Amino acid sequence: MRYESPTTVAEAVELLGSEPHARVYAGATDLIPQIRSGRPEPTVMVDLKHIDRLCAITSTAAGFTVGAAAPTADICADGALAAEFPGLVEASGLIGSDQIQNRSSWGGNLANASPAADTPPSLVANCARAVIAGPDGERTVLAAEVATGPGRTSLTPGEFIVEFELDRPPARTADAYLRLTPRTEMDIAVVGAAVRISLDAQGRVADAAVALGAVAPTVVRVADAEAALIGREPAGDALAAVEAAAAAAADPIDDKRGTVAYRRQVAGVLARRAVATAAERAAEPQRGDRP
Amino acid sequence: MTRVHVTCTINGDPAEFLCDGGQTLLDALRDEVGLTGVKEGCGTGDCGACSVMMDGRLLCSCLVLAAEAEGSDVSTVEGMASGDELHPLQQCFLEGAALQCGICTPGFLVAAEALLERNPDPTETEVRYALAGNLCRCTGYDKIVRSVMAAARSINAGAGSGH
Repeated sequence: MRYESPTTVAEAVELLGSEPHARVYAGATDLIPQIRSGRPEPTVMVDLKHIDRLCAITSTAAGFTVGAAAPTADICADGALAAEFPGLVEASGLIGSDQIQNRSSWGGNLANASPAADTPPSLVANCARAVIAGPDGERTVLAAEVATGPGRTSLTPGEFIVEFELDRPPARTADAYLRLTPRTEMDIAVVGAAVRISLDAQGRVADAAVALGAVAPTVVRVADAEAALIGREPAGDALAAVEAAAAAAADPIDDKRGTVAYRRQVAGVLARRAVATAAERAAEPQRGDRP
Repeated sequence: MTRVHVTCTINGDPAEFLCDGGQTLLDALRDEVGLTGVKEGCGTGDCGACSVMMDGRLLCSCLVLAAEAEGSDVSTVEGMASGDELHPLQQCFLEGAALQCGICTPGFLVAAEALLERNPDPTETEVRYALAGNLCRCTGYDKIVRSVMAAARSINAGAGSGH
């Protein structure tokens, strides 16, 4: 196995295209265990972490650009990002130990395509876009379009995620992420629920995104829950409708972490609570009207 | 197969070693450099026995390719003591009986040092969260947590009096 550390996206594309068994190497927290467990060893590892764009976290007039290999420890330490995307940053901080936080990244979490990954539901709820580089240049897709099934993505051979783009949230908008694990730390989601809520000046829901993780092969957007919230106060009957819609939209498997029935029920509960938390945050004065 | 030549800094000293492209930093530190303080527990990033610092970041060296260490600054448990004087964390682990079999200890020490560098006066909860990536199957953790807090007190007390 060869190790290469290109410093530009173009060099990385060339290296990945040069051999059929070249692999992207970033935090490697999933990659190295996969190889050890018997997956075929790549012939060349292309380390993306020496490319500035892959590790940068940049605040722009339009929002944020976050490198696909930026360590989640850096993401959690970025106060400006956490102020605007508290749920997405919370989800980022839930991935593994401090040792793992120094290596894990949004790009790896999404491209590894585990159904139980913590950040994809929040990336989806915030309509994050993934900038993807490959032999044909760069293209931008919704983060929701990257994972297509467990361990499968829409990335074609030689492609990799360069960075994520997040638009600045409108006024009175905030997100939240909740997950259930049997332990408080170092565990994988039984269910995850990401929600983003925009309120109007009267405190009614103007826009909503509800996304579930670990209850289907890929992240599930719960359109019925979103529709049930629009135009209503995020309380009472609206929350009950969210809970019922999320439980109905969940299509989980039975495994050692939870049964189908348990996961459905928890999906409803977490979605309802995440809506309540996101709505509380959206009502905070500092998220008031922006010019 | 051509071996990779890596030049870096290890525990403050210039170092170089040869490794295979697929060799982990854990294996290279143990087998090529001879620093056997770094331990292999799980080999999958779950147990933290192989914890080292690389360029100021706490990592599981089993999840890092050795070739990636080129030009970097690596520190291991072997770099913690100053000559014959143990680091306060090491001293407090000894006095607090924070180890039995000892396999997890180097990882705990490195992770605890990383914690105290960024948070010199952690609460018990903060210690437990910061060390959640290090597993110990002997002690039940209480003695480890208490020893880390004792080391923090010792360092903070010494800071004003030329410890």
